[in-house]
Amino acid sequence: MTKYIIKRFLMMIATIFIIATLTFVLMHSIPGSPFDDERTSNPTIQANLEKFYKLDEPMHIQYLYYLKSIVTFDFGPSIKKPNESVNELLARGFPISFELGMVTILVALLSGIILGTLAALRHNGIIDYLAMTFAVVGISVPNFVLATLLIQQVAVNLEWLPAATWSSPLHMILPTLALATGPTAIIARLTRSSMLEVLTQDYIKMARAKGLSPIRIVIRHALRNALMPVVTIMGTMLAGILTGTFVIEKIFAIPGMGKYFVESINNRDYPVIMGSTVFYSAFLVFMLFLVDIIYGLLDPRIKLHRKEGDA
Amino acid sequence: MNERKKKEKKMITDEKVLQVNNLQVSFRTYGGEVEAVRGVDFDLYKGETLAIVGESGCGKSVTSNAIMGLIPQPSGIIKNGNILFKGKDLTKMSKSQLRKIQGVDISMIFQDPMTALNPTLSIGEQLMEGLLTHKKIGKQEAKKKAIEMLKLVGISNPEERLKQFPHQFSGGMRQRIVIAIALICDPELLIADEPTTALDVTIQAQILELFEEIQQRKEISIILITHDLGVVAKIADRIAVMYAGKIVEIGNKREIFYTPEHPYTKGLLNSVPRLDLMEEELQPIEGTPPDLFSPPKGCPFTARCDYAMEVCDHVYPSTTKLSEAHGVNCWLQDDRAKVLLEEMTFGKEGILSSSLPAATDV
Repeated sequence: MTKYIIKRFLMMIATIFIIATLTFVLMHSIPGSPFDDERTSNPTIQANLEKFYKLDEPMHIQYLYYLKSIVTFDFGPSIKKPNESVNELLARGFPISFELGMVTILVALLSGIILGTLAALRHNGIIDYLAMTFAVVGISVPNFVLATLLIQQVAVNLEWLPAATWSSPLHMILPTLALATGPTAIIARLTRSSMLEVLTQDYIKMARAKGLSPIRIVIRHALRNALMPVVTIMGTMLAGILTGTFVIEKIFAIPGMGKYFVESINNRDYPVIMGSTVFYSAFLVFMLFLVDIIYGLLDPRIKLHRKEGDA
Repeated sequence: MNERKKKEKKMITDEKVLQVNNLQVSFRTYGGEVEAVRGVDFDLYKGETLAIVGESGCGKSVTSNAIMGLIPQPSGIIKNGNILFKGKDLTKMSKSQLRKIQGVDISMIFQDPMTALNPTLSIGEQLMEGLLTHKKIGKQEAKKKAIEMLKLVGISNPEERLKQFPHQFSGGMRQRIVIAIALICDPELLIADEPTTALDVTIQAQILELFEEIQQRKEISIILITHDLGVVAKIADRIAVMYAGKIVEIGNKREIFYTPEHPYTKGLLNSVPRLDLMEEELQPIEGTPPDLFSPPKGCPFTARCDYAMEVCDHVYPSTTKLSEAHGVNCWLQDDRAKVLLEEMTFGKEGILSSSLPAATDV
């Protein structure tokens, strides 16, 4: 196991390195520079600023500085907000985005699995049809459309819930709902189809022949096997939810990372782009690693590490 | 009964563990209703092994599933008849009442050991689960019993093996574990649904020996569902031959193997490849079984039967007793067939309605 973790860790570093390099190349191939607006029109000031941010150096030297900043995890000050460092921005914005993302995943997993399981157990029943109708709608409607709809109906017309910001659990409901509906629908569909398949398996029949209660059969024997595909898509789904948070944060005026990330790209704020991309990719790669570990825990047949003596 | 006791060394008593009376099971499908089991009767005595043989789709598995209470809902329905287990009718029981019998008094061994075990649970968990659900015992005691069972079915290192998962066992080993799971609550009736079909021949022999050994030790009754007559010859006491949802012939092993009377039974026995005869080709039973969406009114084997008579087409034969244990449903053995044949020669009209009800009622 330790060997596997070390191996995985090295691969994670390689992945992050590739992402970082790609980001660097892409970032510098976008036309324009951080100093395109009116305040820095004076060439002397611009030259000084470029010197300060080491933008006057040749590209490969800049790249080395960039790598150094990743290794030391110090991305320096933001270009657009010189009184704040990238690290401070991350420290302020990320916890909020993280909260939104995690609440969304939890909601999506719980409701998706429950919905999918119920649909499978009542195959071709009313619950099944309702759940699958919801799933089709949930998958088809983009989260930003749902978000604006929710704000208009629930917050503005009905005045049940606050329309924006992230100040209390009540404020969290609408953004979470908007962001979680898509993943919930996907998870529900997946759970349903794999549950239907698992329920026809011999070991389920055998569990019934043991005289076990239906609840026990579903939870202990069926669900664990049925969740494998769900775990498999968790990785890509995490990435989707993370990028989804950027959009949702923008719509609901949530002060998370999304705002800074989008702004930094528009402004060519190199340190912020670099910092947030590397940070996010590191986070994502780590989550994927966790997903793989969970995979191995759920299904003993999946060997994370090779041990002698195992067939 | 006494006669059988002498023949077999096993202890078979007169006590009826299971009585199946006129069992009819149908399945509702999009294409209509399939009559899978169309009136099956048999008794099972304590300590005996009854083999139910027949080709695929003859209803032998459905019969065993019905006894086990595993007819898939809501498509499957027990239309008629009853299944008495020690006098109590299983078909009238609620699901929760049934669960107190399933796995405890009646348990089942499945065909394919590769899929019968849950891949994500350890062997120990799967073994102890039934025990912990049904019997009021602690975990330690359950574990002890599980180890004892693994020893009984011939798995070495049981303590360590308990923690392992199904994929760490070979097919034969898995079938031993499935058997251990089925036996852990000391059932009185064991239903083995093609227990050796998925295994290779050497493992088959081992598993069959295990069955015999267990039966001698535990005095359980076994219903063996199979289409392998070799397996039947080895461990069955009595044999029921099923065709198109009905038992067409039933009798002691010797009676069925040496003096089969139903043309289908004869055909089955003839189709077994033999080493002692110099025949190059297998002798199959020509034709296919009837469509059970609309089963024939008369004997379902008529279309494939070399000895079919006119009456076979119209009326299902009642059981003719050839000995105490040997019964056959065939017009060839029925005395009235001759009478009917005579009447037939006078013209078909009126015969079916006037003289036949007496025959079907018997």
